[in-house]
Amino acid sequence: MTEPVLTVEDLSVRIAGLHILQGVSFTVAPTGVTVLLGRNGVGKTTTLRAVVGLTPRGGEVHGRVRMGDQSLLERPTHRLVRGGLGYVPEDRCVFAGLTVAENLRLAERRGTTAAYDRVFALFPELDRRSRQRAGSLSGGQQQMLAIGRVLLNDNRLLLVDEPTKGLAPKVVTEVAEVLKRVAESVPVLLVEQNLAVVRRLARDAVVLAAGRVAWTGDAQELLSATALTRSLLGVGSAEGHHHGSGTEPGASASTAGPAREDAR
Amino acid sequence: MDAIILLTLTGLGLAALYFLVASGLSLVFGLADVLNFAHGLFLGVGAYATWWAAGNLPGAGHDGLGFVVAVAFGVAAGALMAVLVELVLIRPLYSRTIEQVLVTVGLSLAGVALLQATWGADARRFPRPEWTRQVTSILGAQVPNGGLLLIIAAVLVLAAILAFLQWTRYGLIIRAGVENREMVTALGIDVRKAFTLVFAIGGAAAALAGALGSVYFGTVSPQQGGSLLIFAFIVVVIGGMGSVVGSAYAAVAVGLLQQFVNYYGTSGLGDICVVALLAAVLLLRPQGIAGKVATA
Amino acid sequence: MTEVKSPELPAASAAVPAELTPGRVSRLRPVLPLVVLAVAVILPYSTLHLPGIFEGALNSPGTLQLLAVCLVFGGLAAGYDLLFGRTGMLSFGHALYFAAGVYGTDILITRAGLPLWQAAPLAIVGGTILAGLIGAVALRTIGIAFAMVTLAFAQVGAILVARDFGGLTGGEEGLPLDVAGLPAALVGVANTVNLYWLALAYLVAVVFVVHRVTASPTGRVLAGVRDDERRVGVLGLDPYRFKLVAFTLAGGLAAAGGVVYCLIVGGASPHITSSELTLSLLVMVVLGGPGTRWGPVLGGILYMYLDHRLVSFGSSDAVSALPAFLSRPLSEPLFVLGTVFILAVYFFPGGLASLAPRLALLRNSLRLGRRRPT
Repeated sequence: MTEPVLTVEDLSVRIAGLHILQGVSFTVAPTGVTVLLGRNGVGKTTTLRAVVGLTPRGGEVHGRVRMGDQSLLERPTHRLVRGGLGYVPEDRCVFAGLTVAENLRLAERRGTTAAYDRVFALFPELDRRSRQRAGSLSGGQQQMLAIGRVLLNDNRLLLVDEPTKGLAPKVVTEVAEVLKRVAESVPVLLVEQNLAVVRRLARDAVVLAAGRVAWTGDAQELLSATALTRSLLGVGSAEGHHHGSGTEPGASASTAGPAREDAR
Repeated sequence: MDAIILLTLTGLGLAALYFLVASGLSLVFGLADVLNFAHGLFLGVGAYATWWAAGNLPGAGHDGLGFVVAVAFGVAAGALMAVLVELVLIRPLYSRTIEQVLVTVGLSLAGVALLQATWGADARRFPRPEWTRQVTSILGAQVPNGGLLLIIAAVLVLAAILAFLQWTRYGLIIRAGVENREMVTALGIDVRKAFTLVFAIGGAAAALAGALGSVYFGTVSPQQGGSLLIFAFIVVVIGGMGSVVGSAYAAVAVGLLQQFVNYYGTSGLGDICVVALLAAVLLLRPQGIAGKVATA
Repeated sequence: MTEVKSPELPAASAAVPAELTPGRVSRLRPVLPLVVLAVAVILPYSTLHLPGIFEGALNSPGTLQLLAVCLVFGGLAAGYDLLFGRTGMLSFGHALYFAAGVYGTDILITRAGLPLWQAAPLAIVGGTILAGLIGAVALRTIGIAFAMVTLAFAQVGAILVARDFGGLTGGEEGLPLDVAGLPAALVGVANTVNLYWLALAYLVAVVFVVHRVTASPTGRVLAGVRDDERRVGVLGLDPYRFKLVAFTLAGGLAAAGGVVYCLIVGGASPHITSSELTLSLLVMVVLGGPGTRWGPVLGGILYMYLDHRLVSFGSSDAVSALPAFLSRPLSEPLFVLGTVFILAVYFFPGGLASLAPRLALLRNSLRLGRRRPT
């Protein structure tokens, strides 16, 4: 087997006295999309944030996280990102008061035009709206911007947190399509609730439950085993309490989460 | 009519002083979440350094170009002091907001006491260039030049800060950092360099306020910074933390209100009206005129 | 990422395990405050001279007055800790409620001619209501904005006092207390001892109230607000109301301290309304150990003692023999206290209260170290 791009070993995170992660271990393959699954509040976002060094103040992190031969946990976030760890946060977090162009300019490091061409080829909308304030973009456009600014630089691994959350079904498809193309050149660790998107993108899956890894393996295999998805993710259960995955795993992106509106 | 013009211009002079102190406070708070009680100390350092330079520094003097050199020295001293404070005292406590406030509180107490120990507790006469002691006749009102100088300086500083924020890379980082500091680091930027920079800018602006304010009042004393600081805090909250333009609007509102009410009402009533304005703004618009939500 | 200890959560609260402390001391521990209290009560009967520590004998009026002021500030700091250490509220306006007590008592007695037994409760109630009203507005903000807003409101008090609105406060000169309205037992140098006991009673009362509140269900909610306000909200409790209760209560305690202080110093002067007084309360609490029962009390007493005594220390021969660049700053009490405070924030985040367990651990490790070879 090829060396994993990211190795997480025995990762524990405690925030404000709550043991959110209790010894999580998994690896991310050097190609394709690895998806991190689990019910709401299980620690998926906490995992990504711990990897990129953004655990909130007062939180304790233990364990080992390696990207290649590099140990990540002791290093400040900006060094990690400069070392090739791209991070697309939950809720997009574009700078609402800055223009699209400024949002991109902030992210650029060597700023070659080639990188801009690559991003604008993926997201022509960003080029057209470059003078518009990011806060006035639609949720889907903001998501494109959040992904686009990370792609301005070369990354060894992308961490992407719930990119389709709160987006209209049509936009969900677009975002998924973009991520699929991105994943052809750089490995992605994805947190995603929409199982249709997961089915479309993911090769490997890691399922968290109660702060621990409950299952790892082939994503498609997981999704085709209905009983397994039901027990691990609560999918298809009568409660239907967690958002965006109330439909059967086989549902297509266009019908997933019909109640969800575009954020803007 | 004359009185109104005079009050407007002296009110704007006061507003200029508030703005020079508040702009730095607002940027430091907006970006680094540090409520800087030592900001008044930067003002004191600027004033005393200018005063010292005017008498002792070769090339500097009490008038003309020599005085400009003295003020430049004062501003540089304020900026240097601010940078040292950030690097030595604030940075080791990165993101521990309460401890940072505590340290600046201790520093303001100790620093003012040190100024007092060195130059005495009493106010000292400040060297004033001849021109600033005169008045200019504007629409029939006799306006002190010292006040006009403050207004001009504040407008220039406002323009310079805005240009810096708009057109430079660090300005971009600061604007983004005020909005979401964590996300700036997540784009691979060491935001702490920007902290040092806003401290330097704030320290320089406060030191300029110290030097020109002393010219305006004609004296310099160790406590000068402290009393101005409270009104600068009010300006920052009304203007919206992290917003330089908001600070400018709020400074003008506070300066004019204070000046007019103190003149037409009882002395001191204007100061109280300012706090009433603060309460009103907080009740109606907790985020201030512009900028970050004050409750965040 | 390392664990970050905030000052509100001092290491001191993690008490030393019982088996580590020598048995004798741990048995003494519950009664120790009572022993200290008993000593404090009978202290005015002592004619002991402590050269260098106090200028006169322990029972001289000068020493007793200094001690009384220290005790009042011990109580004030304990009351302020109800906000800062127990609830995590950083108020910069606490001087206002203290000043309300001082000036309220003074004005009601001197200007309105009321007897003390009417003036004191009125001043305390007035200070409490003031705190309630201002808290209701200021608590709409949190964190740093709250600090700024409380500071601004307190500044109004300072302006009102300094500008002498209505000719009530005496302006910059201050307002000496008209002793005609006071009971005879509280008047005159010979009766300083009664003021000392009054101050002691105030301190005991504040410690008792703060202790009872902290131990109550309300106190646990306040601790929850301090640790994570959102979690309190999630539990369906309104943090705003609990914070307002704490803010009002602390204001009332400060006003009561103002009454006692007014009697001790025989009047009111404008410097007690300044933001510097609040800052020094903060320094006292942090130096003593926020969120602990005795830390703020010790911090307050020690701070006031040093504030008074450092002046004579600064003018002592030992200091004036030093070169000017050393002797001048050292003769400024605030320079010394401010510097000590900054060092404390870095090196003793739990304040004095965290030193006791550390020392106990050290003592024990030494003891064990000595025993092991035998």
